Amino acid sequence: MSPQESTESTTPAPGEGGHRWPLWEVFVRSSRGLSHVHAGSLHAPDAAMALRNARDLYTRRNEGVSIWVVPSDAIAASDPDAKGAFFESPQGKDYRHATYYTKSEGVKHL
Amino acid sequence: MAHEAPSEADAAGAENFERILAKDSRVEPKDWMPDAYRRSLVRQISQHAHSEIIGMQPEANWITRAPSLKRKSILMAKVQDEAGHGLYLYSAAETLGTSRDEMMDALVQGTARYSSIFNYPTVTWADMGAIGWMVDGAAICNQVPLCRASYGPYGRAMVRVCKEESFHQRQGFEILLELANGTPEQRAMAQDAVNRWYAPSLMMFGPPDDDSPNSKQSMAWNIKRFSNDELRNRFVGMLVEQVKVLGLTLPDDEVRFNEDTKKWEHGPLDWEEFKEVLAGRGPCNAQRLERRRSAHEDGAWVREAASAYAEKQAAEHAQKVAA
Ligand SMILES: [Fe+2]
Ligand SMILES: [Fe+2]
Repeated sequence: MSPQESTESTTPAPGEGGHRWPLWEVFVRSSRGLSHVHAGSLHAPDAAMALRNARDLYTRRNEGVSIWVVPSDAIAASDPDAKGAFFESPQGKDYRHATYYTKSEGVKHL
Repeated sequence: MAHEAPSEADAAGAENFERILAKDSRVEPKDWMPDAYRRSLVRQISQHAHSEIIGMQPEANWITRAPSLKRKSILMAKVQDEAGHGLYLYSAAETLGTSRDEMMDALVQGTARYSSIFNYPTVTWADMGAIGWMVDGAAICNQVPLCRASYGPYGRAMVRVCKEESFHQRQGFEILLELANGTPEQRAMAQDAVNRWYAPSLMMFGPPDDDSPNSKQSMAWNIKRFSNDELRNRFVGMLVEQVKVLGLTLPDDEVRFNEDTKKWEHGPLDWEEFKEVLAGRGPCNAQRLERRRSAHEDGAWVREAASAYAEKQAAEHAQKVAA
């Protein structure tokens, strides 16, 4: 899951509509030994409140042992339109995968 | 999002969009998408979010009068879940470029729609059972296929919602089961609740297929996967079996399995009533909106205080850094 999903074109204009709270992206570590994974987003006035809201919203059933909150504005995302150019083509790069090397087949512990 | 030069970028975007749909892959927020697709999603997701939020009220009505501490805890957890569902969905809608405030305003000003079911009153404790069993049950039937909706953030929100819904339905079923096995009065109360919630819950799937103008397009966009009537028929089939376990009956003599079509059928539904309720003339529309509006207004000082505190903290922090 990519963090870009909630960030773009949603950052509220400051001051508009009274007291809009900024948007935060929430990442939850479901158990020790695993990475934090994007869970969703929420609005909060500051980081402390964002953490509390994230706990109530995304971990009501022991879904997490640790939470990160990141201001949505702070996330830089790659442009999906530039996909071809941005992500290197895997074409002709089979040698980056173990399956490319077939001559050693049958050799134990390799 | 306005494209300065619509021709080339749009053509490439449209092509990519069609390719995504053809592969049954997912559209993500930054992808190009037709305006109509975006508008239709904003409408559907925000209405869905509003339904979760307004849907807290009929059940919150019984929290203080739950028959035991256990039932009270369960009901509070369920109502809290519904608030969470609303928030997941508002977040998903926001990725389409509509602000949270805009959606909130539309709801309290009465210009937004939400599911007609929540405009019916909850008059007895048994209604908590009937709502969990039938209303959440119908919601599950509707929402499970939406986990595969073509718009990524909507599908992911629905996955989260569906995981939580099954507890809602089971706790409702259990309430009815206990009442049905209780005193004659309790049993009558359970049957009465089932009688009142049956038709409104069937109408949750929306108008019949031949009167549902947006359905076709929604299915072509891979948002909706099954038609209203298909889902409704499937739901009736589930109720038929489950109501036997309760030892109660459905208030519909025309429920039957059609051997030719291999589908469940039900008696006629009052679609005039459905339209009236949707148009704001149901038994509780005014009350529900008024409650939402006053809750929003009464909470304003809390939001303002939190903002003021955050600003003060930020200013103090800036000063410390400067010193
Ligand atoms: Fe829900
Ligand atoms: Fe629910």
